[in-house]
Amino acid sequence: MSKHHVTTTINGDDVEFLCDPQETLLDVLRDRLGMTGSKEGCGTGDCGACTVNVDGKIVCACLMLGAEAEGRAISTIEGMAQGELLHPLQRKFLEHAALQCGICTPGILVAAKALLEENPDPSETEVRYWLAGNLCRCTGYDKIVRAVMDAAEEMRGRNYAA
Amino acid sequence: MPLETDFPQNFEAREFKVVGKRPVRPDGVDKVTGRAKFGADAVAPGMLHAKILRSPHAHAKIVSIDTSKAEALAGVKAVVTRDDFPVHEAVKEDQELMSVLTNVMAREKALYDGHAVAAVAATDPRIAAQALKLIEVEYEVLDHVIDEDLAMQPDAPILHEHLGHEYGGGKPSNVAGVTEIGHGDVEKGFAEAEVIVERSFKTGAAHQGYIEPHACLANIGSDGRGELWCCTQGQFMVRDTCTQLLGMDVSNLRVTPSEIGGGFGGKTTVFIEPVAVALSRKAGKPVKIVMSRDEVFRATGPTASASLWIKVGAKKDGTITAADAILKYQGGAFPGSPVDMGAMASFACYALENVRAVGYDVVTNRPKQAAYRAPGAPMAAFAVESVISELAGELGMDPIDFRLKNAAGDGTKSSFGPTYDEIGLIETLEAAKKTEHYNSPLGPNQGRGVASGFWFNFGGQTAVSLNLNVDGTVALSVGTPDIGGSRASMCAMAAEELGCDYDDVYCIVADTASLGFNDVTDGSRVTFASGLATIQAARQAKQRMIDRAAKIWGIPSDAVKWENGAAHPSGPNAGEHEPLSIKDIAAMAGETGGPIAGHHEIAAEGAGPSFATHIVDAEIDRDTGRIDIKRYTVVQDAGKAVHPAYVEGQFQGGAVQGIGWALNEEYIYNDKGLLENPGFLDYRVPVASDLPMIETVIVEKPNPGHPYGVRGVGETSIVPPMGAIANAVSAAAKVRATEIPMSPPRMLKLLRDSEATAKAAE
Repeated sequence: MSKHHVTTTINGDDVEFLCDPQETLLDVLRDRLGMTGSKEGCGTGDCGACTVNVDGKIVCACLMLGAEAEGRAISTIEGMAQGELLHPLQRKFLEHAALQCGICTPGILVAAKALLEENPDPSETEVRYWLAGNLCRCTGYDKIVRAVMDAAEEMRGRNYAA
Repeated sequence: MPLETDFPQNFEAREFKVVGKRPVRPDGVDKVTGRAKFGADAVAPGMLHAKILRSPHAHAKIVSIDTSKAEALAGVKAVVTRDDFPVHEAVKEDQELMSVLTNVMAREKALYDGHAVAAVAATDPRIAAQALKLIEVEYEVLDHVIDEDLAMQPDAPILHEHLGHEYGGGKPSNVAGVTEIGHGDVEKGFAEAEVIVERSFKTGAAHQGYIEPHACLANIGSDGRGELWCCTQGQFMVRDTCTQLLGMDVSNLRVTPSEIGGGFGGKTTVFIEPVAVALSRKAGKPVKIVMSRDEVFRATGPTASASLWIKVGAKKDGTITAADAILKYQGGAFPGSPVDMGAMASFACYALENVRAVGYDVVTNRPKQAAYRAPGAPMAAFAVESVISELAGELGMDPIDFRLKNAAGDGTKSSFGPTYDEIGLIETLEAAKKTEHYNSPLGPNQGRGVASGFWFNFGGQTAVSLNLNVDGTVALSVGTPDIGGSRASMCAMAAEELGCDYDDVYCIVADTASLGFNDVTDGSRVTFASGLATIQAARQAKQRMIDRAAKIWGIPSDAVKWENGAAHPSGPNAGEHEPLSIKDIAAMAGETGGPIAGHHEIAAEGAGPSFATHIVDAEIDRDTGRIDIKRYTVVQDAGKAVHPAYVEGQFQGGAVQGIGWALNEEYIYNDKGLLENPGFLDYRVPVASDLPMIETVIVEKPNPGHPYGVRGVGETSIVPPMGAIANAVSAAAKVRATEIPMSPPRMLKLLRDSEATAKAAE
């Protein structure tokens, strides 16, 4: 079985890889590229732990083939902080204790970032429905929702000041 | 009563400097950036990937297994079956270990849909999957039984010929054991009662639902020594179990726990770990196994499902005169359902003169149950708290007042035997009654429910090591995997004792070669027991720093006192000396006697039970049967909240798991005994849009058995929700719900049936 040669962009870097036709983007990220920040909780698109951003839309990396990454712009949890500088969402998750075990955290952060890019001032209900595809079994979501709304508020304030 | 220990363990009131604040956890940045390494994130050079073949039958004799074609496939390096798991001496004498061995790899029979039958290690996961299809297993399918009530019938299919002869009247049965607790004379108590409520209940089997599937990486050399990386609640348990099952010396396996992506009790045993070790030993290469979600649902522990009968009688003034319970828990294909703890917990909230609870441990053709957060207690509490609230209604009493009238307090003899020391149930009830939530109006089709809950809490074997680094920072090693932020609490307690900054302590979870034995992270024990050992280790290190300061100053140690993270001369003969800080003493350690460390090893006692009271508002859609949780408040005694944000997190997480169990989650089997919903689409755990914010009230009634008053908080929070929600739903629906989950089809049927009954009565 011949492998696909794929050229893509991940977190702003040009990346090339070979993959089997049936390998998912998540397999490629984790097993071929060593980017294990995206997690596999189900492999069927039900838990959101592998959420990545592809051309501005969030997708479950377990539902997309590696070969489909050709020519796309992909961002993952590994690209969220700028060097030592955490994204406001990452900082607010720590301040609010919005994670317990942390396995769902990368997917939720990637999803929440896409929400705030689309809607800088979401209501609690909008946050809850946007994140309904990301399962968290530890927190009951309370502190996650608060952290996202607090980050949104801080980011709005910074934008106004700029 | 004070604990008799060789160190000061009893509560002492004090002003805290670090404990009680909300600092960022030490592993936080790793977890928000994707750096944290979980079970499936490890790799090793030359690593093989293994997959497990699982029974497609609920109950079948395994006539033969032919692996020759799989072994011949290019890329396959090792195959294991029951023949690779002989019964070693240690296993022969231990029924639970024998169950674990048989669960890890099926022997004569496959006992449930998903039971492991063989495993293959290959150079690529896709080759391993292909090889599974080449294994030929001949099954002789047997009759199966799924439901606990049916499994207790005399004509039920029998799982184990050696089991249940006592209940079966000399013949085998599916009742592995019977347990009974209580005191007084229940019959006499009911004779004195003026109002009696008696009901039967059913609960579905819920899975822990951790988002991280089980994963491990074993690497065993040809000398029989090796290492294992895995996600677990207890690396020492994994080491000891794997070595005993496989006939290895305990010291020949070093287990390193990964970060753990949720457990809730479900990672307190082994499933794939011995298989990976056996494959690695056979292949002579590292072997990685990662479970799929389907495997997690089919083959790892959900909790027990239960069938319950409760009867409670009271006088018109609200005094309970008798309480009786029969609990039947099926714990899957092996003995060990948590019915004993269910029986003990059932009436633990009440001060009762006449009480009894009888529990039956039933086996069925389902996966071996694993602990799930307060194992056994939530089902019993659901049934008991439903009856308690119904009885309050019959008596015309407020449900909190009725509970207060009968609540267990300091010095109450518990229903399960011991007399309570200082406990906080009454405080949670009083605090709940005062909440704005409890006194707020309800909307149409809404009902409000309350329920209380109890959990024993546990201490257990614990070892902690604390090392002072050359720059005065502190390396703290604990042996209990951090499942919800416990490293932050450990750092806070060490800093509190030493008088240093929280950020100067760095806490890790150590591997099995680096620390003495630790029981698993369970029983809500970590903040209590690892915390207790951390405090003692820090006190020992502090004393050693005092000794060094005394040596440097040339004065006796008792002329040195420790204040604000520094040694100070103290008393009339100490002389004048500049204080020596931790950093000063650390820098001079090499010249003053060598490394400075503290360590502590205990079998901790005095965990102190925790009680909670929950309030919930539920709304019913009478056309669809759907229940919405509109408002939820958790009031729980934490003794002392070391890190209040993570205490709130435990309250909220437990409540929401309870909401899932109450409203949606259950294992659904077809008529062949096969699990029909082994995925998150059909086994639906609560998502963010299902829920309101979960309000919390932390009550702090100090545990007399901990220097800071800490009680475990992790488990009690899942005990009251189902009873509280059932009470709210029953109030909203105007009919008593006795089966959970209260899913839309079940609720719709209940509504239609009650409407028909009402119509017939007209």
